[in-house]
Amino acid sequence: MTTNAVPMSQWPSEHRYTIPVAPGPETVTVTIDGRAAQIPRGELLIKAAQDHGTYIPRFCWHERLKPVGMCRMCLVEIEGMRGLQISCATPVADGMVVHTTSDAVTTAQDGILEFLLINHPLDCPVCDRGGECPLQDQTLAFGPGESRFVEEKRHFEKPVPISDLVMLDRERCIQCGRCTRFADEVAGDPLIDFGGRGGSTEVITYLDEPFHSSFSGNTVQICPVGALTARPYRFRARPWDLASTETSCGACAVACRGSLESTSNRLVRLLGVDSEPVNQGWLCDKGRYGLDWVHSDARLRQPMVRRAGELVESSWPDALDAAAAAIRNTLDTHGPNGIAVLGGSRGVNEDAYLWARLAKGVLGTDHVDAQLGDGLPADVVLGMPRATIPDLDRAKAIVLLAPDLKEELPVLYLRVRRAAHDLGVPLVDVAVRDHGLTPYATAVLRHAPGDPGAAAGVVADALVGRPGRTKVGKAIVDATDGRDGPVVVILGRTSVAEHPDAIVHAASRLTGLPQVRFLSALANPNVHGALDLGLTPGFLPGRVSLDAGRDHFTKAWGAVPDAVGRDAAGILRAAATGEIAALVLVGCDPLAECPDRNLARAALEQADTVIAVSAFMDTAAFGATVVLPPTVWGEQSATTTNLEGRVVRLGRRVTPDGSTLESWRIPAELAARLGSDFDLETVDEVQDEIARVAPAFAGVDASLLRRARDGVVLPLADHADEVTFGRAGAGPGPSWEPILPVPEVVGDDDRSPSTSASDSPSAAVPAPTPPVPLHRWDAPPDAPSVPPLDAYALRLVAGHALYGADAIVAATPALASLTHEPTLGLNARDRDRLGVHDGDRVRITTARGSVDLAVRTDAQTPPGTAWIVANAAGPGAPDLIDLTSPVTELRVETIS
Amino acid sequence: MTDASGKGGPTETLMVTKFLRARPQDSWTIDAARRHNNAYQTLDKAFAMEPDAVVQAVSDSVLRGKGGAGFGTGQKWSFLPKDVFPRYLCVNADEGEPCTFKDHMLLERDPHQLIEGIVVAAFAIRTDLAFVYVRGEFALAADRLGQAIRDAYDAGFLGKNILGSGFDLDLVLHRGAGCYIAGDETGLLSSLEGERAMPRIKPPFPAAQGVYAAPTIVNNVETISTVPHIIRRGAKWYNAMGENRSTGTRIFSVSGHVERPGNYEVELAKTSFRDLIEGLAGGVRDGHTLKFFIPGGASSPWLMPQHLDAPLDMDYVQGELKSMLGSGAVMVFDDTTDPLQVAWRLGKFFEHESCGKCTPCREGSGWIAKVLYRMANGQGRSDDLDLLLSFGNNIVPGLNAPFAQTTICALGPSTMSPVVSLNRWFRDEIIERMRADETRRAGLAVTPA
Amino acid sequence: MGLTDADQRRAQQIIDRYPYPKSAVLPLLHLAQDRDGWVSPEAMEQIAELLGLTPALVLGTCSFYTMFKREPAGALVVSVCTNLSCMVNGGFDLFDQLRSRYQESSDVSVEEVECIAHCDHAPAFQVNYDFHGPADAHGAADVIEQYLDGRLAARTISGTARQEVPR
Ligand SMILES: Cc1cc2nc3c(=O)[nH]c(=O)nc-3n(C[C@H](O)[C@H](O)[C@H](O)COP(=O)(O)O)c2cc1C
Ligand code: SF4
Ligand code: FES
Repeated sequence: MTTNAVPMSQWPSEHRYTIPVAPGPETVTVTIDGRAAQIPRGELLIKAAQDHGTYIPRFCWHERLKPVGMCRMCLVEIEGMRGLQISCATPVADGMVVHTTSDAVTTAQDGILEFLLINHPLDCPVCDRGGECPLQDQTLAFGPGESRFVEEKRHFEKPVPISDLVMLDRERCIQCGRCTRFADEVAGDPLIDFGGRGGSTEVITYLDEPFHSSFSGNTVQICPVGALTARPYRFRARPWDLASTETSCGACAVACRGSLESTSNRLVRLLGVDSEPVNQGWLCDKGRYGLDWVHSDARLRQPMVRRAGELVESSWPDALDAAAAAIRNTLDTHGPNGIAVLGGSRGVNEDAYLWARLAKGVLGTDHVDAQLGDGLPADVVLGMPRATIPDLDRAKAIVLLAPDLKEELPVLYLRVRRAAHDLGVPLVDVAVRDHGLTPYATAVLRHAPGDPGAAAGVVADALVGRPGRTKVGKAIVDATDGRDGPVVVILGRTSVAEHPDAIVHAASRLTGLPQVRFLSALANPNVHGALDLGLTPGFLPGRVSLDAGRDHFTKAWGAVPDAVGRDAAGILRAAATGEIAALVLVGCDPLAECPDRNLARAALEQADTVIAVSAFMDTAAFGATVVLPPTVWGEQSATTTNLEGRVVRLGRRVTPDGSTLESWRIPAELAARLGSDFDLETVDEVQDEIARVAPAFAGVDASLLRRARDGVVLPLADHADEVTFGRAGAGPGPSWEPILPVPEVVGDDDRSPSTSASDSPSAAVPAPTPPVPLHRWDAPPDAPSVPPLDAYALRLVAGHALYGADAIVAATPALASLTHEPTLGLNARDRDRLGVHDGDRVRITTARGSVDLAVRTDAQTPPGTAWIVANAAGPGAPDLIDLTSPVTELRVETIS
Repeated sequence: MTDASGKGGPTETLMVTKFLRARPQDSWTIDAARRHNNAYQTLDKAFAMEPDAVVQAVSDSVLRGKGGAGFGTGQKWSFLPKDVFPRYLCVNADEGEPCTFKDHMLLERDPHQLIEGIVVAAFAIRTDLAFVYVRGEFALAADRLGQAIRDAYDAGFLGKNILGSGFDLDLVLHRGAGCYIAGDETGLLSSLEGERAMPRIKPPFPAAQGVYAAPTIVNNVETISTVPHIIRRGAKWYNAMGENRSTGTRIFSVSGHVERPGNYEVELAKTSFRDLIEGLAGGVRDGHTLKFFIPGGASSPWLMPQHLDAPLDMDYVQGELKSMLGSGAVMVFDDTTDPLQVAWRLGKFFEHESCGKCTPCREGSGWIAKVLYRMANGQGRSDDLDLLLSFGNNIVPGLNAPFAQTTICALGPSTMSPVVSLNRWFRDEIIERMRADETRRAGLAVTPA
Repeated sequence: MGLTDADQRRAQQIIDRYPYPKSAVLPLLHLAQDRDGWVSPEAMEQIAELLGLTPALVLGTCSFYTMFKREPAGALVVSVCTNLSCMVNGGFDLFDQLRSRYQESSDVSVEEVECIAHCDHAPAFQVNYDFHGPADAHGAADVIEQYLDGRLAARTISGTARQEVPR
């Protein structure tokens, strides 16, 4: 019996009541409305019927939530059973004969609708759900005409905010419990619940404490009526005015599948689409509500060129000419080594490939890096044995060597949480501090910043059955003993205040485990695409090293660089000393993104030429020589690569105003001006070239990408049997079913998906072998030597917050208000030792610099360490970090 | 504070209430219970048996649950999946069914009988942790049971290695906090887990997935209190009482317009409603006649004077009279009673106590109460009864007892019990009265004040 | 407010009785109500903290049960039953009269309740969960006065123990 309470949301689900749903491999024969179907034994009837084309109406049941059987709408008649049964809680049995539209059933369903409507306001014309409301639709379809209920309806104060993003109208609520169950079961944030009882049951938050969950928007999407509405979307559109396109979210590297909707050339809504291997229908709030930035007034609509010291608007031809001239000039004076390309991790595959081709094939420089010192060595990311997201569900164990996924990769957090909490996968948490997944961990190992190696060693031993003498070792052995499946290591930067070699070294201790696979936890939306496509030193597109790919690419491109170039740290240092004279910044701002801001500043100040490809006038663009504004997410059809190496499509839903150039055309235009015409007219042609040239992309051409429902995991040769065809979420249900079937409205250069025989799942995907062997990671670094933690200094830990200072958040009003001022998070012990209090401003000094911040007590931060968010606006962690040092020691002084 | 439980003449067969009748002054103490009531003397006998043999004995006795549904107790116990541990026993002392007042008497007056039953039952089903869920409002019962549990631990009847048998049992008293639906067995489990007492869908039944998703047996206080007697005197002795599948005795709580309201333990089947109401409870109070009675708690359909000679036989009452003995609460109403008032008050009760989970119950219960209110208060319409039956048909398809249901638990259909009863026995009277009310209202409308 | 050390120990004992801490929600709410005379927000937060729940879940559970007062109540809670047996024996009258009699009182909160299982003493009522009845309004008021002036020892407002009735 424990005194340390296990939060309920974290009770192992086997100790919580559930209606068992356990579809097995065997099938049984069930007859639904006269049609016999083969259905996995144990499947719920409502789902079985849906999968076989019979839509049984429902309000409370949701495919991704546990059944509760509350609304009673899904009643059906089952021969041989007394009365009616709810199909959402009845598993199929062999020989079952089911009627879903008999008189008894429709009478009962009419009755349920009548009951639901007696207290439901008739305000459809002003309701956001009007037009896509199951209650409205079904009332029109089956419901009784006039209400026989003549009494006063239930009254509540009209919509009340339950969070910054969500409004609740309790009069419209039909008590289906989808929102409360989502918050508890899926998000693990049970900050809403039902309050009261019987007819006065209402959804509540705790007093004035809002529903602060990064997943709150999902409740709006799955609310079957208009009780929950999104503040950013309220009254912005009516469903019948919306046009939609299937896409992937562009906010982080999970690339959740979604349906992007617009009206009057404005993005108004992103809905989650249920992609089984990726997001299972969910989105985080940043992705869902991060739309307005696309239309922000702060977007650059014209290229800018510096003339007489001033940046002035210019035409595209002039700006491209100016950029090309500056590049040529640098090449002339400094040669290829005088020029570097930084960034690309927030773009799309097509531009990443063409920037790589421009830099390496045309300019001849290998000083190219998509990461700005905030990532992992490309060698590791490209060469480690890769896991997919579904591997998490059936892993022998999941090992976290990663930052707080709840903040950095929210929907991956949901999946890991589900695996650990609902599917019983042992979760091993190796980190400096507690984070969103810690409560679900089977074993928790804490280490000093910069020193995860020993902890990883314990894990490695335990996973081969050697518990050692530690309790955690034993816990891991106990939990994993006899389990099959891959060991999935989620690998990312636990802190950008320490050198990445530490975490890589720790990871290297796990590479010997049988069936070990790695899932990258790098968070930038297309960082994996950028690395895969060669935006990193020493590599060429398609996960091949410069050496291995030299011949192949010389043939394809004409030339490749002679030697391995510098990484971001090296580039910035070289720029700071004048060795590199021109910097091309591809959608990145080193002053905001590089953990070492002093270095970035020195580099930008010293560089003769800065060409910034940027949608906003960020700090880097501010000092640029030429600024080129590209199209952004939602404005172009393209592809992106998620953290699994899954290539998925991005849809175009709006036409940019002003004069932006499709992002991939910028490197192509520059190449043409520098004497190399790539001869690519459409994005499809770029995709086809990638498939032809980049070894890991072999076979992944425009046609396959268009047809593959959940995208394609690279390399295709290893994942061909996972490719699925057909439309996501397409069931027989009406269009309002909250996980929306993907509509067939497509952007202008999209072709409608073909429905030919080749779409059938049985059509084998040809999986060519890559022409060049792909890179393998086999040279683990030594553990960096970390000075012992001295009792008086604090060691900095810096990670990213979901709502940081990036453009999506800063230029989206609904999200901008969710950011926090950076603070210095201290354990209560250190706080008291330093004699400071919450809110006190202190001066924090490291070998690199010094900033003033307010103190905040933070129980997640262990003694001896200090926590500062790395991506907040204004002075903060980046002013304190030195990219070269293994850890960041800091001193704290009070300032009066 | 409370008078002796029941003032009627005890019958020969009294067993569960015998002691509390005999020694109301100190019957709850362990000393009195051991000295005068052989408390805990069945334990050795039970421990000498195989657990399964105890289950078998209870099955053979045809003991049926006394909480309402009348399910075979031994049969329920035998549904526990083999070899799945931990498992739990929960005793249902929530007693919220209107006008049922037997269980808290058993706790206040004879808690050791219950504890002994719990030890035997726990041994039989092989659990080492049992709960008693006591309705929150029963303060005295909680005090006495709490003391009794402490005393039983001290005397070695609870805890580790009870009486050297090697059998361990911990017993936790858990107080509710005011809600009828925690009496439903799955509502009780939710409540015991610290949640809103919302009933759960069955299957899975508690025996498969109960509290903490572990196999769980839920039994009523009176049911468990009966178990030691069966083990002590044998299944044959028990099933020799009563008839058919209504064996043994039951306690009936008789209240309303009777001379001697109280708890009466009688032999089932061999006793009639008349024996109970007119005999033991002294009949309808002076100068009045019986109008109708409710035989088994708020949820049971009403019966009329012509049913008085029916036997207290569970299957007969259900099969022939389309009602039920339910919780054993017999409410008696004399000729001064307005059946609409009674129906409305029950409607109000169900509205107040619906947990709110199922649409028909949550919305229907309130609607029923509202319509019955206007009917009982001069504002009814002549088609109101039919309106009730019409939408009520969506709560109880067919409107026939035993009630079919479109809800998770039996509270949903219970909301329609008063309506079905009104329609069955008082339809013409009511429609006439509603017409008269309409006429009166129309008249009033044209008559200036 | 805050839990005293003794409360904390008591709470821990309660939690330890159950296989899972969440089961202690109701007992701890009773404990808090006994101590404070109502379930205050602070109490719900403390319970949430102790049990590893969110305060929203504690409130959700708390608000389901009628015995928990989420606003400060009088030191005496008089629960008058108006369910069937009491109704036909004058329960509504008793309730109406007691309610108007104590309308202004800050010590006595009169509430209408469902059947309290004292039907053989109809019309019945409880004072801090001690049973009384049958009684008319006079008789009932007399009983309440006895609690108020200390002739009868009242329970706490969750009915757990005897307390001094503060006047
Ligand atoms: C709405 C509702 C309320 C109930 N209330 C009680 C109760 O207060 N006490 C009780 O013992 N059983 C009650 N029951 C019956 C229980 O669900 C359950 O059948 C019983 O506790 C099982 O015990 P038994 O088999 O010993 O009768 C109620 C059932 C329903 C549907
Ligand atoms: S029938 Fe009523 S009380 Fe029973 S579970 Fe459904 S809503 Fe709750
Ligand atoms: S969908 Fe089955 S009860 Fe709601």
